[in-house]
Amino acid sequence: MSVFINQETKVIVQGITGETALFHTKQMLEYGTKIVAGVTPGKGGLEIEGVPVFNTVQEAVDATGANVSVIYVPAPFAADAIIEAVDADLDMTICITEHIPVLDMVKVKRYMEGKKTRLVGPNCPGVITADECKIGIMPGYIHTKGHVGVVSRSGTLTYEAVHQLSQAGIGQTTAVGIGGDPVNGTNFIDCLKAFNEDPETYAVVMIGEIGGTAEEEAAEWIQENMNKPVVGFIGGQTAPPGKRMGHAGAIISGGKGTAAEKIKAMNAAGIEVAPTPSVIGETLIKVIKEKGLYEACKTH
Amino acid sequence: MNIHEYQGKEILRQYGVAVPRGSVAFSPEEAVKAAKELGSNVTVVKAQIHAGGRGKAGGVKIAKNLDEVRSFSKELLGKILVTHQTGPDGKEVKRLYIEEGSDIKKEYYLSLVLDRATSRVVMMGSEEGGMDIEEVAETNPEKIFKEIIDPVTGLNAFQARRMAFNMNIPAKLVNKAVGLMLGIYKAFIDKDASTVEINPLVVTGDDQVVALDAKFNFDANALYRHKDIVELRDFDEEDAKEIEASKYDLSYISLDGNIGCMVNGAGLAMATMDTISYYGGSPANFLDVGGGATAEKVTEAFKIILSDKNVKGIFVNIFGGIMKCDIIAKGVITAAKEVGLEVPLVVRLEGTNVELGKKLLNESGLNIVAADSMADGAQKIVKLVEAEGGVTA
Repeated sequence: MSVFINQETKVIVQGITGETALFHTKQMLEYGTKIVAGVTPGKGGLEIEGVPVFNTVQEAVDATGANVSVIYVPAPFAADAIIEAVDADLDMTICITEHIPVLDMVKVKRYMEGKKTRLVGPNCPGVITADECKIGIMPGYIHTKGHVGVVSRSGTLTYEAVHQLSQAGIGQTTAVGIGGDPVNGTNFIDCLKAFNEDPETYAVVMIGEIGGTAEEEAAEWIQENMNKPVVGFIGGQTAPPGKRMGHAGAIISGGKGTAAEKIKAMNAAGIEVAPTPSVIGETLIKVIKEKGLYEACKTH
Repeated sequence: MNIHEYQGKEILRQYGVAVPRGSVAFSPEEAVKAAKELGSNVTVVKAQIHAGGRGKAGGVKIAKNLDEVRSFSKELLGKILVTHQTGPDGKEVKRLYIEEGSDIKKEYYLSLVLDRATSRVVMMGSEEGGMDIEEVAETNPEKIFKEIIDPVTGLNAFQARRMAFNMNIPAKLVNKAVGLMLGIYKAFIDKDASTVEINPLVVTGDDQVVALDAKFNFDANALYRHKDIVELRDFDEEDAKEIEASKYDLSYISLDGNIGCMVNGAGLAMATMDTISYYGGSPANFLDVGGGATAEKVTEAFKIILSDKNVKGIFVNIFGGIMKCDIIAKGVITAAKEVGLEVPLVVRLEGTNVELGKKLLNESGLNIVAADSMADGAQKIVKLVEAEGGVTA
């Protein structure tokens, strides 16, 4: 078991003929992901890496029965690509593209209300269920199959955490990068709920960063609902206020969204927070040992 | 991206929003000329910098005659204004806005912002205008009203009316206020703003509803479709290294320390700064080279770091996903060879094409200290910088 994706997931790559998409399509195929179709308007009929290309998402779905898409389309066209995926009734669409204008995303979110599709991202590394299905841009080799769920606002920091876990012999169920934009699809709580319900996930690592209040809301939800241990980390503890730290969402404004506030809220909810990113793995191990879950989580 | 008050007011004017007459001046002579043309009894001389809190910091002067316009202009131009938003170093005043005085009856607050919690644009208003709105939010939160705007309909007239009534704008002026709000909303959407703040919005003695200030912030990701806004950018207001970085689509922020950082991914970049600080060092910058960086872009990034005279050592921390380690290695090698590397360099590579990246660095002949992890790299660079006699935090 896992959350969101598994070996049955059939994937469409939107924007498959772009350079980045091509590179990662190869990597995903090597990992064993079932990529059944690509979409690039005007390139229908081509075949890339053995994958048939279609002009529209709907055609790709009709021909292949795909249920998930991943989007590598350039930012000016990415919002449209998400809407196309939602219109085709996919179970999930994962948008890797960064720098999408935020008002485009406001419209996308409005369009998605009442629709069945789950959006992950944008501006995210994607979702991976170890040894089953990798959708996105994360390096596959750092992941090992196991029992820890990972959810993060930061791409590369997710890799950091997963790498530490794998090196310490702690495998993962699914790692979800929810992205660093202020308006995005799936949030921390959606992922925490899924991990809470997944019988194979025994513990969760949650990685946040400065800006907004998503971590505080997640902490509250965890305190009330979560029956599995959660450890956290917050990036940007030393970031100065008023400076946007790369991610459109990562800014301390009006004294809100500081790392200190987030850590306080998480601690209050019983979440152990790693003091530095280098000890995220150690912190999780300490907590699962305390809960008697260490042996069950250890994969080698 | 930020713009000046006078530029913001020009945009509002195009959307039918009432703003006082005025023009920009770069010298006392231009200021006097502008004031003469306005011909108003009272002229306001306003320092134009990209920061709020100008009034409190002495950046807004009321002149009763042309001599006062001249003397205030002389005083303000070249002055370093320190407000609660500029940081302790302040900002030099290089432009003034010369505006006709307004007969203010009452001051209000109005803003439009992107609200992350609802994923919508939200209009906020209060009758407690002219002062620090964060203070009002703290002490009298019930005096701040919000209207959440559905992108399908945009700001509805009834919402603007409800806001005007909530703000206690005189009933006979509510329609004027509604027109102003709808205009500001249209400007916000058309120009892809992320914040528009009017503080104060005023009702005047002759029953006008006027935007007396205008603070615009624009979504950097949408600037590609707004050439007119890009032209308003004032490079004097920005850090030279940040400007250079923006030419190459690099996300760079200057900081006070002496350890230059080059990282991929904003989260990892922040975490790298945190880790350097944890081990007693002090980062000189935040730099996210992004996902799709080419070797050329990495080279430029490296040059920008080296152009900071405070930098006594560099830590490159890469966990390649979309970013390939060999590209980082190539960029670092090229830059180090072109610019000449005189400070210690610690490199930690992991992720996509890591073996290839490490091989390139090993064979480069450069004096590079390899690190196995972020903590290892941070400790190594802090030690090396200390050994060089660098002052750490």
